[in-house]
Amino acid sequence: MSHIAQQFIDALPFARALSMRLDGVEDGRVLMSMPYDPRLVGDPATGVLHGGVVFALLDTASGLAATLHPASGGGTATIDLRVDHMRPATPGQRIRAEAFCYNMTRSVAFIRAVATDDDASRPVATANGAFTNESVRRRAAP
Amino acid sequence: MSQRTPPEPVQVIKQRRDTALRALLESVPFIGFMGLQFDRRGDELTASMPYDERLIGNPLLPALHGGATAGFLEATAIVELAWQALWDDLEQGRIEAAALAAGWMPQLPKTIDFTVDYLRSGLPRDVYARARVNRSGRRYASVHVEAWQDNRSRLMAQATGHFLMPERPA
Repeated sequence: MSHIAQQFIDALPFARALSMRLDGVEDGRVLMSMPYDPRLVGDPATGVLHGGVVFALLDTASGLAATLHPASGGGTATIDLRVDHMRPATPGQRIRAEAFCYNMTRSVAFIRAVATDDDASRPVATANGAFTNESVRRRAAP
Repeated sequence: MSQRTPPEPVQVIKQRRDTALRALLESVPFIGFMGLQFDRRGDELTASMPYDERLIGNPLLPALHGGATAGFLEATAIVELAWQALWDDLEQGRIEAAALAAGWMPQLPKTIDFTVDYLRSGLPRDVYARARVNRSGRRYASVHVEAWQDNRSRLMAQATGHFLMPERPA
């Protein structure tokens, strides 16, 4: 399962560009992480990663949590996602995200996610969003 | 008759503004990583994210990654806020463009929260965005961003974010 899921992540060019890694799936909780990279800094004064980087990791983990839900049709797209930034991620440390689909309907997956750095006791960011639940092939025609 | 000081030559004004904008953009590594560009018409900015294969999140469709779109929109919001503050300081003469070009840059706004609505799947083409500052107080700012691809009236995504503004000297 986890091997296939990592292949899924590797097939996403943007996830690969940010060196995202799947660290595990436990009870529907998706654990992902990515390394600190000076090219992704958003605040040159502090060296803190851009908020969009944290957003991208949370979005990817959330989308994966939606597709790994037992009732998923296998395909998903973000409908909306809100990220709250609690504190700056410490420069030099990996960003970790944990995402969970807490409610699934026939067409919508509701997700919550948290991002941390090495200090897992204090969240860097939290996320809340809705994702589509669809079969993989349905979206082919524009 | 009192002597009027002649207006500044247009190229001097343009150079000052372009130098300041370039310095702002080049100070943020993430903007370069994403390949973002900003066109300036007066004080109005239009951001663009030229298509790159790295930005894809769904290879089957294919569609842009939601995280790439979000990063683009958030960077657009922050640049708009920073640019508006910079513009005032620059035009009032409180900041010299030369100082910015030499590497000095005021502190950037910090994201408090950012919410993205995905309205259409991102086609493998360039994306454009404009940010509107709906409220900018001393401490907090609220910014709305709209992104589109081929048609300005068919939005691909929109976002709202709140930002903590840097302390400014009174």
